[in-house]
Amino acid sequence: MTNDVILRISRVAKSFGAIKALRGVDFELRRGEIHALAGENGAGKSTLMNIIDGILQPDSGEIVFDGKPVRISSPTEAQEMGIGFVHQEIALCPDVSVAENIFMAATNTSRRFLMDYRALQRKAREILSELTDIDPATLVSQLSISNQQLVEIAKALTLDCRVLILDEPTAALTEKEAQSLFAIMHRLAERGIAIIYISHRMVEIFDHCDRVSVLRDGQSICTYNVAEVGPRDVVNAMVGRVLDTLYPDKQTEAEKSDEVVLKVTNLSDAGAFADVSFELRRGEILGFAGLIGSGRSEIVRGICRLEGEATGTVTLCGQQLKLRHYQDSIAAGMVYLSEDRKGDGVFLDMSIASNVSALAVDQVAGRLGIIDRGREETQAGTLGRRLNLKCGGLADPVSSLSGGNQQKVAIAKMLSVNPRLIFLDEPTRGVDVGAKAEIHRILRDLARSGVGILVISSELPELIGVSDRVLVIREGQISGEVTGADMTEENIMHLAAVHERQEITA
Amino acid sequence: MQKTLEMATPAAAAPAVHPLMKLLRMRETGLILIIVAMFVVMSFASPYFLTWVNIRAMVMAFAVEGIVVVGMTILLISGGIDLSVGSVTALAMVVAGWLFLQGVDPWVASAMAIGLATACGAFMGFFVTRVGLHHFIVSLAVMVIARGICLLFTGGRPLGLYSLPPEFKFIGQGTIGPIPLVIIIFVAVVLLFDFMLRRTVMFRKVFYTGSNEKAAAYSGIRTKRVVFLTTTLCSALCGVAGVIYMARFGSAQPTFGLGMELNVIAAAVIGGASLKGGSGTIFGAILGAVLLSVVSSSLALLDVSVYWQDIIRGTILLTAVTIDHYLGKSRK
Repeated sequence: MTNDVILRISRVAKSFGAIKALRGVDFELRRGEIHALAGENGAGKSTLMNIIDGILQPDSGEIVFDGKPVRISSPTEAQEMGIGFVHQEIALCPDVSVAENIFMAATNTSRRFLMDYRALQRKAREILSELTDIDPATLVSQLSISNQQLVEIAKALTLDCRVLILDEPTAALTEKEAQSLFAIMHRLAERGIAIIYISHRMVEIFDHCDRVSVLRDGQSICTYNVAEVGPRDVVNAMVGRVLDTLYPDKQTEAEKSDEVVLKVTNLSDAGAFADVSFELRRGEILGFAGLIGSGRSEIVRGICRLEGEATGTVTLCGQQLKLRHYQDSIAAGMVYLSEDRKGDGVFLDMSIASNVSALAVDQVAGRLGIIDRGREETQAGTLGRRLNLKCGGLADPVSSLSGGNQQKVAIAKMLSVNPRLIFLDEPTRGVDVGAKAEIHRILRDLARSGVGILVISSELPELIGVSDRVLVIREGQISGEVTGADMTEENIMHLAAVHERQEITA
Repeated sequence: MQKTLEMATPAAAAPAVHPLMKLLRMRETGLILIIVAMFVVMSFASPYFLTWVNIRAMVMAFAVEGIVVVGMTILLISGGIDLSVGSVTALAMVVAGWLFLQGVDPWVASAMAIGLATACGAFMGFFVTRVGLHHFIVSLAVMVIARGICLLFTGGRPLGLYSLPPEFKFIGQGTIGPIPLVIIIFVAVVLLFDFMLRRTVMFRKVFYTGSNEKAAAYSGIRTKRVVFLTTTLCSALCGVAGVIYMARFGSAQPTFGLGMELNVIAAAVIGGASLKGGSGTIFGAILGAVLLSVVSSSLALLDVSVYWQDIIRGTILLTAVTIDHYLGKSRK
């Protein structure tokens, strides 16, 4: 790795009204390095990246690119300088071919009247060949999320980029897809491209990055060589305090119980999953692992009748359930926290109080179904305090909250019906480290109080840290169970990803 | 700025915004101020404006349509839209009138006509929720079909209903004291639905559904049923309006209510309803209707050409939505 610096940012500050998003940030990026940028939500990562990409202008401070002080006044200028930004949300045109998407920017600036499709295809193939074997003529809508992400990267590469910013690129990828993305990142870095890699996942930072810089409250806290420190140092720098334990204590021997909260027998739904049987005991947190598309979420949604027409028996606290609709499941005390918070977990433009009451508005209504607003606010206030919710007022819209607090509102909604069992699908996705630890603690407290907890997570360290027992799903079936010391990433990945036939021949 | 609920009591966690400020920020307040301002200006411009006769005429002008505005607002909140309101209103009018001419008792005929309008809504609701088509297209089709049926029944000519019994005509023409019954019915419908929409569990589900249909489904709300019911309710209220119109005019006109959908949607949107669903109030929508009616009346009194009126109404709609768009942005 060479030591010369391609991008240096000094004392950059940026305010939005009274809010200081960045208060004098320093950042240095070298050619050919993969530089992780870590920090809690709201630490200023996005603001800093948007300044580098020319979307925002700094109030003060200096940016030096390739030895020359620069002002980057628009993303187009950033592109011309060789800065590529792959945003977290994929921004491709789904009904247009891969080639046209890759050259969208170039087409935009072209002065020619007619499109030269043949040249377009050829050039697209050249660029893609370094990354993957996608056919440039395919429509983007037919690609998987991971391949769409590669198209985004290819798009950035067409602009002869020297700095590539990747904002949480693995959030929507399976483990395998993520691995191939890392391989590509390393290849690009070898070519001298400097990569800024934004991620919440410590494992990725420590396995694949050279250095890591931490932002907190709009200030640059430190830059470490990854080889010299451990994940705990980075997390401590991010949260600004020493987190003694990342995860709450596990279930103790004394807390173990034979009492079965949920018993599922021979649950099947054509095409999604088959012959699923398992038990969840009182006081334990049961983890569901599996690759995206393995059917883990479908099983859980099938149990509580959110989708599909599953057959088989579901017994909750000794009572066999006959559910026809999710409403029946709520009434029985079995609720589901969705994996896509903004998409289907909360009502962003509605008040916190009416979000919390949404599962069973009748509970806060009097005779004739007339809502008692006082009771609605009391309910939200009580649950909010229990979950340590931070908000301006309960009448504020949920959109005014941070990701972690939005998730607490979604959890409060689950708790509003005093459930006997909660299914949580990716409960900490897009939530910062501090709130994550809080949510883990909440889950453990709930389990102690006798509520059945089933957690689905793509993040294996989280799943291992939180669960007492993990069931692994592969291709719609339970492929194994791990507990205690056997709960390792290797064991789970093995059960989740390896095909049985391969196992036999191996 | 942010506080932890840990220490605060729920009461203290309530918004610290002054009630007066809250009132000022409300859409309804702005509309009332504009309407009052127009009243002041117009009372100087035309001595006739502030007379009882004119005010009564203005209220009568939107009272029956206001019943349709109520249905449309609820439908918009649930995330739908209905272009067929004018046609369905006319259909109820024509069918009730036709049945009456066939010798059916006018009350029975009216009930059947409202039933038919409701069926139109259920028909649209079926295509939207079961087949999965868009409200816009389904209601566009029904708009044309219902109008066609009106013309078919009447041969394109208005039905004169001179023999309607006086106790039936009383609905549309009678007064209680100095106040026309139509206005009393209108106010009652508005108060009832405004209260229900703000306070009942049933209508809260309409907001949940319109705000985020998937999140509503994940909260155990049967969103398709909600949308089906709001679609049906809107058409049912069109039926009620159609029957009242028939009683008021003593005739049934197959071409009645052309362009009504635009007025009704404009009123709801000026009053704060969003085409994306999830927001809106009945009170606001009615104020929107009042504003449009006051503008029309003012322009007529000022001898402005009828052609200008549409141009001005359209401009008001665009202005209201633009202001709303920017206010919405600054709030975020």
